[in-house]
Amino acid sequence: MFNRPDEEIIQIELEEITKLTDAIFTKYGYDFSNYAISSFKRRILMVLKKYGLKSVDKLIQKILFEPAFFEQFVLDITVNTTEMFRDPTFYKALKHQVVPVLATKPEFNVWHAACSTGEEVISLAILLDQEGILNKAKIYATDINHVVLQKAASAAFPVRNLDFYHENYAKTEFPGQLSDYYTIENGTMQFDKRLIQNVKFKHHDLARDVHFYKFDLILCRNVMIYFNQELQNRVFELLHNSLFMNGFLCLGAKESLIWCKIADKFETVNSHEKIFRKIKA
Amino acid sequence: MNFEAILKERKFEAIVIGGSAGSFSIITQILTELPQPFALPIFMCLHRLKDKREGFKEALEIKSKIKIEEPDDKTMIQPNIAYLAPANYHMLIENKNIIALSITELVQFSRPSIDVLFESAADVYRDQLVAILLSGANRDGADGMKTIKSKGGLTIIQDLSTCSMTTMPEAASKSTSIDLQLKPNEISDFLKIINHLTFNEVL
Repeated sequence: MFNRPDEEIIQIELEEITKLTDAIFTKYGYDFSNYAISSFKRRILMVLKKYGLKSVDKLIQKILFEPAFFEQFVLDITVNTTEMFRDPTFYKALKHQVVPVLATKPEFNVWHAACSTGEEVISLAILLDQEGILNKAKIYATDINHVVLQKAASAAFPVRNLDFYHENYAKTEFPGQLSDYYTIENGTMQFDKRLIQNVKFKHHDLARDVHFYKFDLILCRNVMIYFNQELQNRVFELLHNSLFMNGFLCLGAKESLIWCKIADKFETVNSHEKIFRKIKA
Repeated sequence: MNFEAILKERKFEAIVIGGSAGSFSIITQILTELPQPFALPIFMCLHRLKDKREGFKEALEIKSKIKIEEPDDKTMIQPNIAYLAPANYHMLIENKNIIALSITELVQFSRPSIDVLFESAADVYRDQLVAILLSGANRDGADGMKTIKSKGGLTIIQDLSTCSMTTMPEAASKSTSIDLQLKPNEISDFLKIINHLTFNEVL
């Protein structure tokens, strides 16, 4: 049978991706070499399509010679899908299994690792506020990307997600309405800035940077899925080092640490919602 | 139908199945009639409600003998398990040993998306992949089938006369050449033969 060469499908080989990540690391110091290859490759294809680039070589040239484009590339390549009260049952579990422990402390530290545009930061702040312990919290929200950090610090989200966030909120069975916490301004849901007055937004690259503080609670949800197992092991070690003894680590609903090296240093608090607790140094 | 000619000299390592509206009863039938043990891993992406984490897997499990698993990220791939893409996550094949998940944008209005599963599986399994696309009302899966075909994989769509929604298999057949168009019972027969051939190869 005769096969026509197919113009629409751009093929990327593994070697080209290695070439790309090497070039980025050499020029900018960002290390993408241990990102999970299956989704990283999809992101690269998406970038090629978006900028009409015909090959990975063309992309490498553009990245090396246009630093401004590289900033945009990082934004394109990193995944910034997030939502308020994603997995409402997770927030219920936080309320019943984690908040009561935090409430016993005179003060406590929280880290949103890879916070993206901050939807989760606000969601948790609302819960802490309702429980009357927001003022005792010192919160760090970090991300690899400067642009999303700026957005996160504005505490404003597009109104197109309004109905969806209200539905999620209703499922948490938390008191009142989500609308108690925001006003509509310039087509955005502008959340009460009081919710983020204890939040420090800070640049941090999980793949490269070291631990910078100790925490009672770390949320790192749906971040590890973009890393390969080698990098996952390194990042779990970083998170472990960043937790106080008995501190909580929260992962995404379908993430696990059972096959990671530090697995025995945690106990499971809630297997369904992926809440773990540090039990060994 | 005689599959011998198509399967001659070929060796397969995985099956991917995509389905949407109207595919639930078909996939149930296929899973129920699947020979046990099954020699290969099966990866399934079925369009589902994003906020319903529970119930779907359980509904599929009622009749089927094969183990159905909604994998966590970086789950080890094993034969004789049917992996179901979890709600609100894309499921990708990272390599022949590992499943990866992602929550990137919807593809064809879907997460999980059939294209995402199929394209990643095509990269890993190349010409040792069988792809089956069932009834559905959008065009998710068409690009994936095209990629699979371009890497030498085998493309199968559900026979249109047996589909309650033909949009999806039709979109695939417009997008690339389809090796087989099979009725549900023929899909089951086909999988039995693949199972038989794979085990004989191993033994």
